[in-house]
Amino acid sequence: MRFKRLTIAVLVGIGLLAAFGTVMADNLTGDMEIFSWWAGDEGPALEALIDIYNAQHPGVNLINATVTGGSGVNAKAVLKTRMLGGNPPDSFQVHAGQELIGTWVKADRMEDLTSLFQQEGWMDVFPAGLVKLLSTDAGIWSVPVNIHRSNVMWYIPTNLEKWGVEAPKTWADFLAIAPQLKAKGVLPLALATNWTANHLWESVAISVLGPEKWQELWDGTLSFTSLEGVAVWDMFGRILQYTNDDAASLSWQQATDMVVNGNAAFNVMGDWAAGYLTTTLGLTPGVDYTWSASPGTDGVFVMLSDSFGLPTGAPNWENAIAWLQLLGSKAGSDAFNPLKGSISARTDSDLSLYNAYSQSAAADWQNDVVAGSLAHGVVANEGFMNDFATVMEMFLTSKDPQQAANACEAIARQNAIGE
Amino acid sequence: MHLTRDRIIAFSVLLPSLILIAVFVYGFIGQTVYISLTDWGKGAALAVNPEMHLIGFDNYKELFTSFLHGRFRQDLVNAFFYTMTLVLGSLTLGLFLAILLDREPRGEGIFRTIFLYPMSLSFVVTGTIWRWLLTPGGGINVLPTFVGLPAGNFLWTSSRGQILTFDWQSIPVITAIVVALVLVFLAIRTWRKGTHRRAFIVALPAVLLVLWAVFGQRMIPQMLPISEKHGFNLATIGISIAAIWQFSGYTMALYLAGLRGIPVALHEAARLDGANDIQYYKRVAFPILKPITLSAVIILAHISLKMFALIFAMAGPDNASTCHPAVLMYLTTFRGNKFALGASIAVILFLLVALFIIPYLVSSFREQRRRAS
Repeated sequence: MRFKRLTIAVLVGIGLLAAFGTVMADNLTGDMEIFSWWAGDEGPALEALIDIYNAQHPGVNLINATVTGGSGVNAKAVLKTRMLGGNPPDSFQVHAGQELIGTWVKADRMEDLTSLFQQEGWMDVFPAGLVKLLSTDAGIWSVPVNIHRSNVMWYIPTNLEKWGVEAPKTWADFLAIAPQLKAKGVLPLALATNWTANHLWESVAISVLGPEKWQELWDGTLSFTSLEGVAVWDMFGRILQYTNDDAASLSWQQATDMVVNGNAAFNVMGDWAAGYLTTTLGLTPGVDYTWSASPGTDGVFVMLSDSFGLPTGAPNWENAIAWLQLLGSKAGSDAFNPLKGSISARTDSDLSLYNAYSQSAAADWQNDVVAGSLAHGVVANEGFMNDFATVMEMFLTSKDPQQAANACEAIARQNAIGE
Repeated sequence: MHLTRDRIIAFSVLLPSLILIAVFVYGFIGQTVYISLTDWGKGAALAVNPEMHLIGFDNYKELFTSFLHGRFRQDLVNAFFYTMTLVLGSLTLGLFLAILLDREPRGEGIFRTIFLYPMSLSFVVTGTIWRWLLTPGGGINVLPTFVGLPAGNFLWTSSRGQILTFDWQSIPVITAIVVALVLVFLAIRTWRKGTHRRAFIVALPAVLLVLWAVFGQRMIPQMLPISEKHGFNLATIGISIAAIWQFSGYTMALYLAGLRGIPVALHEAARLDGANDIQYYKRVAFPILKPITLSAVIILAHISLKMFALIFAMAGPDNASTCHPAVLMYLTTFRGNKFALGASIAVILFLLVALFIIPYLVSSFREQRRRAS
């Protein structure tokens, strides 16, 4: 391990020397396989990074292994079988937080990147709170590529004007205007398949609990069956009355479409929706559509971050180190994020490259309280997340807050949350 | 057994495939069973040498009794209904189509191809097509509007309705009554054949079972601390329709081959004796088709117990109303990292499939031996 750290340091040094030399191109050779679930809409952003890598390291044959499927449900399964079978890729995509720590770091499958962080000066450009999510006492385990925000509510300003309502600041406001919307034949809140319910739940939970108590849930100091814990499910149940009953058949894009078409008033979705609205549907941010923090979470930035790590036993790890260097660099970050619709994890990114939504998100990222997302792997391990999907299905059928809270507490214990 | 040259050659030619099957089929079945008896999945489940302890049948016990695994039990119920609907639906529709084609209509070849074609599609393709057709806001639901009727409002795969609900606690009673009914049926049949003593021997356990179901059920401890409702999820109907659409062409082909295999002489003899079409099928054709029905039941039942891709493509991973143990096994293992629990679900499915396959294999071996001798 120590030997490897030393070699990483030496290599990084060589890399820096090469960068200051006459040309960026170097003589790294061989293959380099990256593993991600970025295909389809997110493909071009990854391609932009790959193009830069190929220009910097023309001798390396980069293999782009992607497995499609929302939030990587299939990709993660393939990755796990590959890792268990002793055939790791050189670098793979993983959500920052417990999805990285609870699954891979705990299993001792990742290489420590602390020296890379120090060499590249990343300790100063990545926010300390983010680096904490990527670290344990023993080291730093992955390089963040982007920041997404999960607690955003999307709507069409001209439609709200037409219906004579304003974007709700709290869920109580929402529950007050929802019957009016319903009377006009408008669905108050568009919802899609199971994971978007989890996504909505975390926004509701943070508005009911506030960011500190939200964190206490995951430290194990606040019980899911406490009064506040049950209150979250109670509020969530009241909001659900104003959602569509065919939600389970819809993709998140279809729920966003309902807002755009004027069939629904609001949709709570992560800010990849901005990419969909702007790039795919061709709408102008701030004019054709607009956004606010989801009700009751103003001043809180519920974040998730994609990152790439270096698995132990990666066959071409010199090439993988070069890949990680690119991901963490300003050039790499600013090539990737405007296309992905996310903001850079670096605090010194060139904001002029980004659209109106991303600029507002970047400003909030600087000023808001940061909380971790549950639905996207930050605050709880994969065992809990998997079981939570079942609890959510249970609640969507039974609508019983106490039962759901009890089940949450049971799965938190079973999955060692807060230990 | 003589060790002739011929036998040695035969054995050595078969040996490689025997070894491969022993390792890659039976070896891995054994390993799955072993993993299901451990606690692999706690903490660092994905380590190079994950911590594993033998814990006996605790995983199985948890699946059947823990209140957190109600989803697994509902999935078992779903699998039962998927099997029933797929087998009955495909057999009925397949037989119907086969009878129509047996009458040699014009363009029979084209129809045969059309009916059989869905069989050649992959489940993912079928699932995607039917997912679109069964979108609540479009597809089949808007069909009535073309003839001026109001659009349908059934939610298909997103429906949360449940009918035929029963309490999980009453499963032993339900099982006892079903077994008793089968035994009574057998007893009546043996009685008619004239073997009265045997009929009594079969009828006795039936009576005991019924007596137990009526009076004695409180003697066994309850399986769950609370009552738990399960039933037929309406959301599964859409998936069953897609599966029947895919497999009825296949049963049609089986039945058609069977109908065509009936000697023309038999058909003509029945006609000469004055049998009409219904009588011909009922008294002559169907009895001859019995072995085909049996094979079709076995094949369809084990397909429905392994149904994964169709559900995954149509309803996604987390739609619990349509879920199947195979989907749950995948999620538990590869998303939740609970490898031992996932292995237990896999073993339970394996046993259920074996329930259908083993009697079939035994009976077909017997038949072969009978023919050989």
